[in-house]
Amino acid sequence: MTIMMDTGNRIAAKAAVMARPEVVAAYPITPQTTLVEAIAEYVATGEFKGEYICVESEHSAMSACIGASAAGSRTFTATSSHGLLLMHEMLHWAALARLPVVMCNINRVLGPGWNIWADENDSISQRDTGWIQFYCSSNQEIFDTVIQSFKLAEHKNVVLPVMINLNAFILSHTSMPATIPDQDIVDTYLGKYIPHWKLDVDNPVTFGNIIGPAHYEKVRRAMQDAQEEALHLIPQIAKEWKKQSGFFHGDLLEYYKCEGAETILLAMGAIGAESKIAIDELQKEGMKIGLARVRTFRPFPKEAIIQLGKKADLIVIDRNISIGSEGALFNEVKAALYGSSEVKVQGFIAGLGGKDVTYKDVETMCKKAIKMPPQKEQFWYGFEV
Amino acid sequence: MALKDLPVDECLLQGSAACPGCPATIGLRLVLKALGKKTILVVPACCTAVIESLYPHTSFDVPVMNIAFEAAAAGASGVEAALRQQGRDDITVVAWAGDGGTYDIGIQALSGALERGTNFIYICYNNQIYSNTGIQRSGATPYASWTTTTVTGKNEFRKEMGEIILAHHIPYVAQTCISYPEDVIRKVAKAKSMKGPKYLEIFAPCPPGWRFSMDKTVEMGELAVETGAWALWECDHDVMTFNGKSKLLLEKKIERKPVEEWIKYQGRFSHLFKPQRDEQRLKAINDHIDQLWERYRSCYLQPETKQVLKTEK
Repeated sequence: MTIMMDTGNRIAAKAAVMARPEVVAAYPITPQTTLVEAIAEYVATGEFKGEYICVESEHSAMSACIGASAAGSRTFTATSSHGLLLMHEMLHWAALARLPVVMCNINRVLGPGWNIWADENDSISQRDTGWIQFYCSSNQEIFDTVIQSFKLAEHKNVVLPVMINLNAFILSHTSMPATIPDQDIVDTYLGKYIPHWKLDVDNPVTFGNIIGPAHYEKVRRAMQDAQEEALHLIPQIAKEWKKQSGFFHGDLLEYYKCEGAETILLAMGAIGAESKIAIDELQKEGMKIGLARVRTFRPFPKEAIIQLGKKADLIVIDRNISIGSEGALFNEVKAALYGSSEVKVQGFIAGLGGKDVTYKDVETMCKKAIKMPPQKEQFWYGFEV
Repeated sequence: MALKDLPVDECLLQGSAACPGCPATIGLRLVLKALGKKTILVVPACCTAVIESLYPHTSFDVPVMNIAFEAAAAGASGVEAALRQQGRDDITVVAWAGDGGTYDIGIQALSGALERGTNFIYICYNNQIYSNTGIQRSGATPYASWTTTTVTGKNEFRKEMGEIILAHHIPYVAQTCISYPEDVIRKVAKAKSMKGPKYLEIFAPCPPGWRFSMDKTVEMGELAVETGAWALWECDHDVMTFNGKSKLLLEKKIERKPVEEWIKYQGRFSHLFKPQRDEQRLKAINDHIDQLWERYRSCYLQPETKQVLKTEK
């Protein structure tokens, strides 16, 4: 066991290499670059013994991961922003082909204009691809989540790709300590990858040929069942990891000071981490408010949201916007509550384009939400009076 | 390998969903016989995705991975990397794509895989159109040809994909045609014997796409070669050789048949003949082929042969 003081990207790379993928295929994009550069360093030092394919685009990165995974190898890649968008077609492909590819995505703004800072619209716009999605808020969580993601993706009841999201720079380029267990602990935990299907010359099968509507619908249904199964498995495999490593990052929602709260704030990623300080400050002022940081966005933790809606009003901060509708988390939280709760839910859009969201900003949003009567619309923080 | 030495076993099974007279199935059958069962096919969107037939059935007795249109070479890169990690150097990875998936949408992934030295055979079966989507123009469609997106005939000449691949200086690049099974088999076997990236293009006359009778597939390929509309050649470690009738044409040992001998059977060129002959475009087609062969000669003829031809002038 060692303590690694390094950036989110480099800790993600460390975790990925320790999971011993046989194939990594990647293409550089800011701010993911330091992650794939770190893997290249592990290739040079011999710490990573798998194949490292430096492809000519993100579309090819995901296509190569699909090929490698279909041929029976554990695979990993990383991307960000436009890279993720270029992969879009192949994200669907990997999920529909039921290939347990694991990927880190560094949440970054989409152009135009060019902007490299944190914004979750890149991954939120991939929420319908069938990938499991985690949003991290610390480097230790990144390490643990990457390791656990291989276990989850490869679990026989899941067999779906997993995307681990970390906000650009706030996590990707910020050094924080993370405890790194010994390699044998990771090896014992993950075991050798045994594919559920693969291209095999001794058992020739055609994968992905033309499929009629009746069979296709079953494929989709099976993916949905697998995602729902993941809701139960995520905490379970995290508990197994805790036994080995001592750390637990397996919540669908991470609850912070929710005891007796009359209002609960929901946020993801880096804002979710910043919000803890805001909650501390607000509680000092005597406010009955807690935080539920949404860690797992796909599968969406519907039941957990319903439970929150039974005891408290909710505030939702989104670092994304489904243009023409509203923030994705706000939208889905309300949908989860439909028919089971009448609580007040107030949404905010904040931090788009990488605009800094400090705990002070979070405090201001919370106070505003608590004070005002129920609203149908969300607020754009910093725009309104 | 002679035809009589080919294995009796079929890797392309009965029950394929190909059109009658399909050149892709002729090519696939030959390729798979030459490669054997230790082959993995990576197939992007193209006619072969249909030829495979419907899930839960298949017409292939080798493992097949279907992948998105532009992704064949990248997908094959991944398969190859995985097999290398598994120590399986006994398996041949083949990307099998149409001209749309090769000349157009797939060219980036293909170029990348070649540059990276991926150990695989990329085979483009070239029927000069997007046939699976219903006969639209591609970068391989010849000048003046009708397609559903070039209703009065294509305004541009096709590009020379083989020569674009040559610029990658990979171990082996070859052009062949389904009408010459020995040539196809020899080139596939040669590609299989080499490490690194290999590129093969198989000319594949398409009866419904080109609007000719389904019993004339093989003849249409032969005529394409004899009229110089297609060339058989191979480039082994940067050494270029023309093969069969194309070699004779290059060295001017036979006369090139007039291109009309080939296009007159094809409905896709019928607007050049009726209601009246379109002399301008017929001449343009012919001139273009002449220019192509003059360039072939200046680039690829051996110096001594060049000298002989000069003296004859």
